[in-house]
Amino acid sequence: MMDNGSKRPRILAVASGGGHWMQLMRLRDALLGGDMAFVATHFPDYRKSIPPGARFYLVTDANKKDWLRGALLICELFWIILRERPDVVISTGAAPGYFALRFGRLLGARTVWVDSIANVGRMSLSGRLARRYADLWLTQWEHLARPEGPHYIGAVL
Amino acid sequence: MIFLTVGSQVPFDRLSRSVDAWAARNPQAEVFGQIGRTAWRPAAMQWAELLSADEYVELLKRARVIVAHAGMGTVISAAEHGKPLIVMPRRADLGEHRNDHQEFTAKWLMTRSGISVVHGEDELWQLLDKAGTLVPPGGLGSESCERMVTVLREFIFEGVKPFR
Repeated sequence: MMDNGSKRPRILAVASGGGHWMQLMRLRDALLGGDMAFVATHFPDYRKSIPPGARFYLVTDANKKDWLRGALLICELFWIILRERPDVVISTGAAPGYFALRFGRLLGARTVWVDSIANVGRMSLSGRLARRYADLWLTQWEHLARPEGPHYIGAVL
Repeated sequence: MIFLTVGSQVPFDRLSRSVDAWAARNPQAEVFGQIGRTAWRPAAMQWAELLSADEYVELLKRARVIVAHAGMGTVISAAEHGKPLIVMPRRADLGEHRNDHQEFTAKWLMTRSGISVVHGEDELWQLLDKAGTLVPPGGLGSESCERMVTVLREFIFEGVKPFR
């Protein structure tokens, strides 16, 4: 996948609306130059804050208490992953990012989980679930980092 | 203007009511509250349940001080726009959140300049009374963020993993 260096990697960047999205936007310079698609919840007008030329998808918001919305979210994300065929999936959380990493990995993408900086005491639930599906499994807190992961490479604030 | 925002997920009436009560006692002050989907209605302040991202940015720019729950979206917004921030963490035992992670976040936020943490109405009112003297947050810690961007770029574009 990496040896065809002339081809821009297809990147799928996923975050729930609100703080997760704002943290993803703090990291958007890491994606520039790639063939980008963004996935968010709640706010259709986030479309305006993504880099020019990037694609945008709005998906259903869900948490573990709401199975119906969860099922809808899973379908939407699976369709997006099939359509986008990303080389890289990156997420700052929460639930949509977990599913995106999982499906992305299934189709051969390299995956990055950046746990929200709000999780000072321990990794988030979605972050802990994402561990198995993340090539880079990151915390933004040095004191939470472990040799076997999560790893620390910095923080957005 | 004082701008209250409780985020897009769940309302936070304990905070919204406290700000509205302060607004009622200070009719000369302009106060706007984004209060979430809730049955309660403010009596004194201007309000909306939810805001579009554009409206949110517009109010951020106009605000003198931001009052919020301890959510990272607001913390980043306040820092990016250089606005003093007063946060009240949500409490799980009052049904305001699924867990108490905002209490942890708040303990960390207390160590940062330009951010004040309050736990009740009295503390909040004291700060709102002297809103004009509150200082904006310091920098965004861009060095740490830049380092993160560099490592992520190496992974995304060159397949280099920083760890085994």
